[in-house]
Amino acid sequence: MSKILPLTGDHAASESMRQINPDVVAAYPITPATEIVMSFSQIVANGLADTEMVPVESEHSAMSACVGASASGVRTMTATSSQGLALMWEVLYIAAGMRLPIIMHCVNRALSAPINIHGDHSDGMGARDTGWIQIYCENAQEVYEMGIFAVRVAEHKDIMLPVMVNQDGFITSHAIEGVKMFEDADVKKFVGEYVPNMPLLDVKNPVTFGPIDLQDYYFEHKFQQAQAMRDSKKRIVELFAEFNKFSGKKYELVEQYKMEDAEIAILALSSTCGTTRVVVNELREKGIKAGMIKIRVFRPFPMDEVAAACKNLKALAVLDRADTCSGEGGAVFGDVCTAIYNLNEKKVPAINYVYGLGGRDIDEAQIKNIFNELVDIAKTGQVKTVLNYSGVRI
Amino acid sequence: MELKNSKDLPIGGKILQAGNAQEYTTGEWRNEKPVLDKSKCINCLFCWIYCPDSSVYVEEGKVTGFDYDHCKGCGICAYMCPKKCIAMQKEEK
Amino acid sequence: MKKQITEIRFHGRGGQGAKTAADLLAQTALEAGKHIQSFPEYGPERAGAPMRSYVRISDEVIDLHCGVSNPDIVAVIDPTLLSINPPVTEGVGKEGILLVNTNEKPEDIRKKLNFKDGTVYTVDATKIAYEETGLPLPNTAMLGAIIKATGIITIDHLKDQLTKKLGKKLSPEKMAGNIKAITKAYDTAVKG
Repeated sequence: MSKILPLTGDHAASESMRQINPDVVAAYPITPATEIVMSFSQIVANGLADTEMVPVESEHSAMSACVGASASGVRTMTATSSQGLALMWEVLYIAAGMRLPIIMHCVNRALSAPINIHGDHSDGMGARDTGWIQIYCENAQEVYEMGIFAVRVAEHKDIMLPVMVNQDGFITSHAIEGVKMFEDADVKKFVGEYVPNMPLLDVKNPVTFGPIDLQDYYFEHKFQQAQAMRDSKKRIVELFAEFNKFSGKKYELVEQYKMEDAEIAILALSSTCGTTRVVVNELREKGIKAGMIKIRVFRPFPMDEVAAACKNLKALAVLDRADTCSGEGGAVFGDVCTAIYNLNEKKVPAINYVYGLGGRDIDEAQIKNIFNELVDIAKTGQVKTVLNYSGVRI
Repeated sequence: MELKNSKDLPIGGKILQAGNAQEYTTGEWRNEKPVLDKSKCINCLFCWIYCPDSSVYVEEGKVTGFDYDHCKGCGICAYMCPKKCIAMQKEEK
Repeated sequence: MKKQITEIRFHGRGGQGAKTAADLLAQTALEAGKHIQSFPEYGPERAGAPMRSYVRISDEVIDLHCGVSNPDIVAVIDPTLLSINPPVTEGVGKEGILLVNTNEKPEDIRKKLNFKDGTVYTVDATKIAYEETGLPLPNTAMLGAIIKATGIITIDHLKDQLTKKLGKKLSPEKMAGNIKAITKAYDTAVKG
């Protein structure tokens, strides 16, 4: 019988790490990811995992230690947030470029300045082009399951890319929810033994890692890396099927809620999707054909799946919990528009809402307002303003 | 040299052949080459110690010559030699 | 959909155990087969600062991930918070329950807060805690009163959960004291 434990998002992450029992964890605590590092340290200290825990002096060192450990050929994990992720920056690219299957729990938090410890997607969205696979989780249960799933994705021989499992700071990381646990032995079986391919410490077959790569070969290696990201989409779908057999849980790159006949829809990531689902239900009771699209895997970007989900809509709102400060809208909006513009014959009128920065709550009322706007657009076909903000005093 | 396509390369920029720098004949870069006057050499091995390209041949504790495939002609051996028995000669190409 | 969920808001001061009380309540409900959420509102965390903590309990999966703005139950752990702004009654509807740790009567609290429609319960949880545990930590006693006011969990389940969660941390005497405090608060909470 599987147990249901009261766990915060952070503890759901560290419980998944306990069951995975990685060889090396190098991490530096930072709010709101501190409790992942803290509780996993306790797990190791109590002998419940035989992980080599590397306490480091900064996140730059944490990711550097992860690169070293992973290159040596062992299963490697870490956790961070916000400024910590920002400090890892250059090493994130190195981890991806060296094709090291490191798994990171990233607890999404606002970036300074002004200083703020609460949840938004500024950190994760900033790292969207680092070459890491990005999975965004709605609740603690998903954090737990995706944390386990990520191991298989990262270490798949045709993928070999680092994976970032994202959850919303405080909203998910510090809220206790019931999390249905798998048996330790089942998780062990599902993740399997990591068999590295051409690791650094195989002294009988010496290899060179990280050599200089100039005009003659750098481009080929980057193309190869980008192609691995493109190809990973298909592999992730296959792995979802395998995870389904293991857990009974059905996961997709893009989750659609009441989209079969939806005329208007909100597309979002992470915990906001849950609240949106509640509002969709309310609107459906009133006969409004509303739906919700949730992007679970943001990198690789599920272009075809997003376009297909939006195909029959009359109006779409894309929610971004981070501002690109590009003068235009959010990152998710840009990618979604690229998908719709390139792949759909009918152009759905789409608007962007930037919301929830610095942990500003997004409640049902805000989501209802956005749906009301969509009802108008669906009726008239007219978009008043493409870029909008929800919940800010302008 | 024929360049490989991305599909034919090991992932992550790894080099799978150990010591393949040997195939790279940096000796072609040289303008001047070191020449040893064995009669003056006391086999102190300073040249061997200082050579940045491991291009001084030593057998049984004695300097026997230079690896001209890899010596870049930097001249540090000649500079450091206490007996000044290494001369840098202009490379004839 | 939403009304299938019971939403509870705790008002306390940092260090009084409002978060522990919320977690205990949620975890007890979870053990009883309910779906739960328990999350504090993190502000400037320091001992003595006013803080809120929230619990959602439901028979169905809880999708909502926003703050609780219309709680069904408000539990005020520290009576000095009755004068804070926004008031502790913020967002409480006609069916709402207000539970206050005080030695005053429900009618007086109702008048003081100009709280007209809902139900008011009072319990002198600090006194009970002091008598039973020797410490002015009223959080466990407040849970006893919440059970009286709502029946959302049972006393036996709460006792089990308390033993499970704090059994290692508290001495047997303190544990027995806390359990007594729960029962006493249950018995002495007054409705008005």
